[in-house]
Amino acid sequence: MKIPLQVALVVGLAVASTGSIAASSLQMKSLASSCANCHGTNGVAQPGMESLAGKPKDDLLKKMLDFKTGKKPATLMHQLSKGYTDEQLEQLAAHFAALPK
Amino acid sequence: MLRRQFIHSVGVGTALGATGLLSGCATASGKGPKVVVVGGGYGGATVAKYIRMWSDYGIQVTLVEPSASFISCPISNLVLGGSKSMSDITTPYDNLTKRHGVTLVRDMVTSIDADKRLVKLAGGSELAYDRLILSPGVDFMWETLPGMEAAGAKDKVLHAWKAGAQTVALRKQLEAMPDGGVYAMSIPLAPYRCPPGPYERACQVAHYFSKAKPKSKVLILDANDDVTSKGPLFKKAWKDRYAGILEYRPKHTVTEVDATTNTLKFEFNDNLRADVLNVIPPMRAGEIAAKSGLATANKRWCEVDFLTFESKVAKNIHVLGDSIQIAPAMPKSGHMANQHGKTCAAAVVALLMGTEVNTMPVYNNTCYSFVSDEDAVHVASVHRYDAEKKTMVTVAGSGGVSSAASELEGRYALAWAQNIWADTLA
Repeated sequence: MKIPLQVALVVGLAVASTGSIAASSLQMKSLASSCANCHGTNGVAQPGMESLAGKPKDDLLKKMLDFKTGKKPATLMHQLSKGYTDEQLEQLAAHFAALPK
Repeated sequence: MLRRQFIHSVGVGTALGATGLLSGCATASGKGPKVVVVGGGYGGATVAKYIRMWSDYGIQVTLVEPSASFISCPISNLVLGGSKSMSDITTPYDNLTKRHGVTLVRDMVTSIDADKRLVKLAGGSELAYDRLILSPGVDFMWETLPGMEAAGAKDKVLHAWKAGAQTVALRKQLEAMPDGGVYAMSIPLAPYRCPPGPYERACQVAHYFSKAKPKSKVLILDANDDVTSKGPLFKKAWKDRYAGILEYRPKHTVTEVDATTNTLKFEFNDNLRADVLNVIPPMRAGEIAAKSGLATANKRWCEVDFLTFESKVAKNIHVLGDSIQIAPAMPKSGHMANQHGKTCAAAVVALLMGTEVNTMPVYNNTCYSFVSDEDAVHVASVHRYDAEKKTMVTVAGSGGVSSAASELEGRYALAWAQNIWADTLA
């Protein structure tokens, strides 16, 4: 029996996703989960706090960099964003932008 | 046939997640490595949920917790102040089961057999594990407080430092106290659970007194040399909002409690009698960790590898939350325990899947304190792993405190609570 293309694709995706347990993805999820205490699991927040999931990457990155430089006023995000490198902020922006709202 | 074989080999060979992924099923299948988590607080509930999520539901997780519901210590001081109720700070555990397939066992672990990799429960049964995660919180060092072992003493002189029945009972004592009475709270030497918690509590009780019984007094008797967290912000609140009601006395170490006469005795100071005594005792790692020989730092706290939270003295046993010997400038807080939980979850998934453990964890702490029923202040910090020092260090230039107490931060504090409860339990 030949494997239908669609099945192969699904299995292929599954393998790719299973590969999401690979070290690099776990590290990214772990880094991003440090935001979840306030911004919700996988970036989907409870009322009263901003969701990050599915927001445009450039918007997220600009906001975090503006917090970091002090350009954008904040109660505490200016203090937290300074704890992450610009590279980490970019990774975080890309990660949250790719998550479902 | 090929397809079935292929799926089969994925399931067995590379990872355990394939089954969960393909079926979309979020319940334990009975196969896959076994993790047992002890304690359903901020650390334990979080690690249970995230191991399930990050293993694509391939690792079986059993959470052993005696309570029916999670009751949050953060926000519990507002119950004492009267602006929140117990139901506001209570969350059931059922979403961990329904959404994430965590097996809940309402029981307590009485002993650990590290060689056989199993835990024994008070109810008589045993649970086998590949990895054991202890998040048992703190236990009180009653032996340092003669008088507290006397019959009835612990029912009369409350700590209310584990939110629950004692929170309700202390609120009742405050309500029953006549106007003109004195509420005295003692604070142990750091480290203890939630550094700013006692000072927030003093604000909440003072706020209640200012509205309901303005002739009354709040006395803070602190074993430390000074306020251990958010000092200038608390002192400003006490001066601006609670002058004449609240008095702070540092360097007061309680050495004995006489519950019959409601009297505190100190190392150097005169005895003090109060209408309501609230003694926050010195603390150590939760009992199961301490009695299993894991509390190797001053016989109080458990030393861990900060990349995995594995105990430094017991293989395959991880400890997180308030029980650990903290890294420099790392508070014992619910927020931090949640972050420990996620870092440990990623490491345990990697270890059980045979992939690499993250060598550069980064996480933060955000801690709000209410100085009234509406206004709050915060302290925030970011922590990263330092490979040379083999511990977590704060990132230079990051973190800080509020410029002033505000109603806006009060709203953020309540939103923080809703979010961390959901992140931990939903």
